[in-house]
Amino acid sequence: MLIAAAVAVVVSMALMLARAIMGPTLYDRVLAVNSFGTKTVLLMGLLGFLTGRPDFLDIALLYALINFVATIAILKFFRYRSFQIPLSGRGVGGSDG
Amino acid sequence: MNFVSSIVLVDIALLAMLGVVAVAIIRLKSLFAIVMLSGVYSLVSATWFVAMDAVDVAFTEAAVGAGISTALMLGAMLLTARRVKTPDKAGARRWGPFLAVFATGGLLIFASTDLPAFGDPNSPANSYVGKDYIERTPSEVGPPNIVTAVLASYRGFDTFGETVVIFAAGVAVALLIGFGERALAFSGQRSVTPEPVSPDDHHMVLRVVSKLLIPLIALYAFYVQFHGDYGPGGGFQAGVIFAVAVILNALIFGLSETMDAVPAGAARAGAAFGVLLYGGVGVVNLLNGGAFLDYDYLFETPAPGSYDPHHWGQHFGILLVELGVLATVASTMIVIFYAFAGRAPEIRDEDW
Amino acid sequence: MADIAAFFAHWAEPLRVWLGTALALAGGVLVTIGAVGVLRFPDFYTRLHAASVTDTMGATLLLLGMALLAGWSLVTFKLALIWMFLFLTSPTASHAAANAAHTAGLEPIVGRWRGDDKSEDGA
Repeated sequence: MLIAAAVAVVVSMALMLARAIMGPTLYDRVLAVNSFGTKTVLLMGLLGFLTGRPDFLDIALLYALINFVATIAILKFFRYRSFQIPLSGRGVGGSDG
Repeated sequence: MNFVSSIVLVDIALLAMLGVVAVAIIRLKSLFAIVMLSGVYSLVSATWFVAMDAVDVAFTEAAVGAGISTALMLGAMLLTARRVKTPDKAGARRWGPFLAVFATGGLLIFASTDLPAFGDPNSPANSYVGKDYIERTPSEVGPPNIVTAVLASYRGFDTFGETVVIFAAGVAVALLIGFGERALAFSGQRSVTPEPVSPDDHHMVLRVVSKLLIPLIALYAFYVQFHGDYGPGGGFQAGVIFAVAVILNALIFGLSETMDAVPAGAARAGAAFGVLLYGGVGVVNLLNGGAFLDYDYLFETPAPGSYDPHHWGQHFGILLVELGVLATVASTMIVIFYAFAGRAPEIRDEDW
Repeated sequence: MADIAAFFAHWAEPLRVWLGTALALAGGVLVTIGAVGVLRFPDFYTRLHAASVTDTMGATLLLLGMALLAGWSLVTFKLALIWMFLFLTSPTASHAAANAAHTAGLEPIVGRWRGDDKSEDGA
């Protein structure tokens, strides 16, 4: 019966992919890619269960972290166009916060 | 429906998604979207590798392709453009590249019909050396993860070559783009337009969550490093994950603070140290009378005919070379990131 | 008391499997509903709402179902770790996306949604 859950997750991944390709703004795409990553984490966990190899959970754990970093990188980069500016309080002005 | 056919269905679905993403990457014009979709491509590839039971490969693909590549491509976009440049020649006149692509693709598809079935025990890859490795790892090398045994011990030369290649890539990027500090000095002259100061703290949630996550990611990198003997993992993946922790720090707290925490000079020294450690292990084996990177000779020259059931030489040899790989990979990724991120943006505001 | 304990000991095992499977299926259904919502909602902010809420809850249900199916083992601990990381990072990423969109000036559609003859706020 977990196979049904895996199929549901794959279907939702395909739908998210459609939004990632279609999305008119960049933020729609960021949202879709982030959600796609979360669903991939779930799919990897389910696949690990189904094949009886719980080692796959390490990869799922890894991707849960990497997904977050990639999303933050894209958002920060689109807004500030630089990696140098810290996300400090009180708006940012290009100097250390 | 039994389980095997449902895995085939999942494979087909994943490969179809790969095809769709590839077509979308070709057709889209915004480079941001392309960078994100190439991250998705690597991610779907990693899931497909997981479905095909290749766990170490999936680990590396997820860490490198979906994580580091996205951040580095964004850094490269700093120095180039935001949209795809439309080609000068019309499509009908580019028949040369089309022919080349179709010919190569056709040849590959024709050759793939000759491949052995998935998991065939009589295929050449599983028959000669592969079977030997699987049979002899418990008695000769020791760790339960045969992939690590092959990577670090049986094929230690190849892994040494890979480590040196990664080091050379870091050196090449540093020579081309410059080290972080010099680029950072340049950037003071042309900085991004500062946004108006607002009294709210927009980013508190991000800062707090990142303060929780960055040490956990670094800790997970060390877990992957030391667990590589027993499960999927090893030096390459651990190095990449550690670099991701440093990149997250730079994203949230700024590049200059991160350069205070992990200096660029330390990163360069770390890359060289990793290669030195790996080569040094090999040289120690030579000095003790064995071949280069033959770990049985790591501590002392073994008496002929003796058998060490603990494989201490192999155990510590693999540990040390994996540490070398971790140092080189993490430091090289950090060097490359500093080189890209330290540059001032070349694009004017109107072009953005 | 002894027969209650015996009753639970007899039924605990199939109950655990049944409950785990049901929770996993519920999680899968929720994730799919969220994906359909992201496709059909008219605006970025509504899509964000659909995606983030259903993702986090669906992931929680799925991981809880898998943990019940696995019993007390290392697998459950790793699943708990994955749940903790997803619980921390998924809402934060949604917050970061909404924050970035709002400070960049993307306006939400307010008022009554009358279907496709009302144009989307795209960029």
